[in-house]
Amino acid sequence: MVAPVLVFGLFGPWIWPHDPTAIDLARTKLPPAWLPGGDWRYLLGTDGFGRDVLSTLIDGARVTLIVAVVGALGSALIGVTIGLVAGFYGGKLDALAMQLADVKMSIPATLLIILLGSAIGGGLLTIVLSIVLLFWASFARVIRGQTLTLRERGYVALARVANCSDYWIITRHILPNLLATCIVLITIQIGRAIVTEAGISFLGLGVQPPDSAWGLAVSQGRNFLATAWWIPTFPGVAITVTCLGSNMLGDWLRDALDSRASTL
Amino acid sequence: MLTYFLRRAARAVLTLIGISIVVFVIARLSGDPSLQLAPEDATPAELAQIRAELGLDKPIPVQYLVFVERVAHGEFGNSIRYQQPALPLVLSVLPATLQLGLSAFVLSTVAGVLLGVVTALKRGSWMDSATRGLAVIGQAAPSFWIGMMLILLFSVQLHWLPSSGRLGLEHMMLPTLALALNSVAVVLRLTRASMLETLSSDYVRFLRAKGVPRRLIVWKHALRNSSIPVVAVLGVQLGHLIGGAVIVETVFNWPGVGRLMVEALNARDFAVIQAGALLVSFFTVGANLSVDLLFGVIDPRIRYE
Repeated sequence: MVAPVLVFGLFGPWIWPHDPTAIDLARTKLPPAWLPGGDWRYLLGTDGFGRDVLSTLIDGARVTLIVAVVGALGSALIGVTIGLVAGFYGGKLDALAMQLADVKMSIPATLLIILLGSAIGGGLLTIVLSIVLLFWASFARVIRGQTLTLRERGYVALARVANCSDYWIITRHILPNLLATCIVLITIQIGRAIVTEAGISFLGLGVQPPDSAWGLAVSQGRNFLATAWWIPTFPGVAITVTCLGSNMLGDWLRDALDSRASTL
Repeated sequence: MLTYFLRRAARAVLTLIGISIVVFVIARLSGDPSLQLAPEDATPAELAQIRAELGLDKPIPVQYLVFVERVAHGEFGNSIRYQQPALPLVLSVLPATLQLGLSAFVLSTVAGVLLGVVTALKRGSWMDSATRGLAVIGQAAPSFWIGMMLILLFSVQLHWLPSSGRLGLEHMMLPTLALALNSVAVVLRLTRASMLETLSSDYVRFLRAKGVPRRLIVWKHALRNSSIPVVAVLGVQLGHLIGGAVIVETVFNWPGVGRLMVEALNARDFAVIQAGALLVSFFTVGANLSVDLLFGVIDPRIRYE
């Protein structure tokens, strides 16, 4: 279920049957091929501007892919660093980090996105920044908790006796033990990142037309709900299926790699 | 009980301060406000004067304190679009958002817990699989799209329910459902897992051996002991729902803060956006705090977490 996004995102221009930005006002709102009036050259029909729905979906996969990878990795990088430092040193640093995480959890995601969008406008940067801002805390919390227990292990005490620097202990003795958890967390967050990106694009704060994104396509299809249901329906199916796929991948990885993360 | 209350309240206050800092910082990201107010041909001297009037020449921490003072007095500035103070504007639509968020919260709590318990009891049945399948999809699909699919089914095809506006109970059903579905799924899965664990515990076996009626075991003993992880998640869900209402509102033309803010976004009406973000966040913190306290009363163990 995740594979199509990878393929579409990377090789879109070689796959799509039509140019996703080509406007053809003679062929607007063509229904999907299997319905009366449909045309097999436009498998999923055309939208209000006569663009091929399937091609815009393939084109939109690129944004989904970029956001999922960059957003999840970016928030992982920041969240894991904060979690490691907070868990390892404890004290005031820890209290500050956890308070920050609390603050983040209390601002509704949509509001943070709108605030950020109002300040710096829409675009890919807004999407990635929003996702990093929204997701770092989930990483920080889990990693902090596990660092707290790892810190008390015997080999960490031995490393201290051997006069290893804090940096060495964190990167060589603690981080490798957290790798499985990190991978599981990232996979789970990718699913959330995809839905969040769709929400941002839906609000018009993501990539701007003529570029396509699935959330944007749903939003543009809103006006055709009563007359051409396929325009908003298929992009939503794409979002749901992709998110579902990465959620299931995350669940599977969690069971396979790391039982400690099972409370997530 | 008092220490628990005070600790939670202190955390809520710290969180409020944090939120105000975040809003302040992001507002500053949008650029120099003096440039928006000054005429286009303003000289540097005139700009400096405007900056001085706005207090922008002072150090950032001082500016922040001034910002807090203004907010505390309810001064968010005027809405550019409506030519009136932003705060009353937001306050006038806030009840609609809270109504939607809270009704979705009630729905997800009741439906989530009920379905969670029932699927735990009927583990492995077709109902269990069907409900869990729906829950997995509910967690993956974006709420705005679910909303549109509900409109397609119940308004466009079946003509059962209205697709927009806020007049009566029938107008509330689709937005509430669209908003709640994700939370129902989360609460359901957690309740089910927690119930399964409790039902296989020793004291449940003991109660059963003692001849306590099954109904009593399930709804009184097991459910109460399974509730801690569920309660912890409910607090978070309430925040999600009030925030999520903002996006669902745009689908159903629900006259709440979300629709106001999205319109403000298009008009670059910063005062309204700031007022809306701060106010809704404050309500979320308040709502979280009350859920925490309420359940602290219900279950003593939570107080010693």
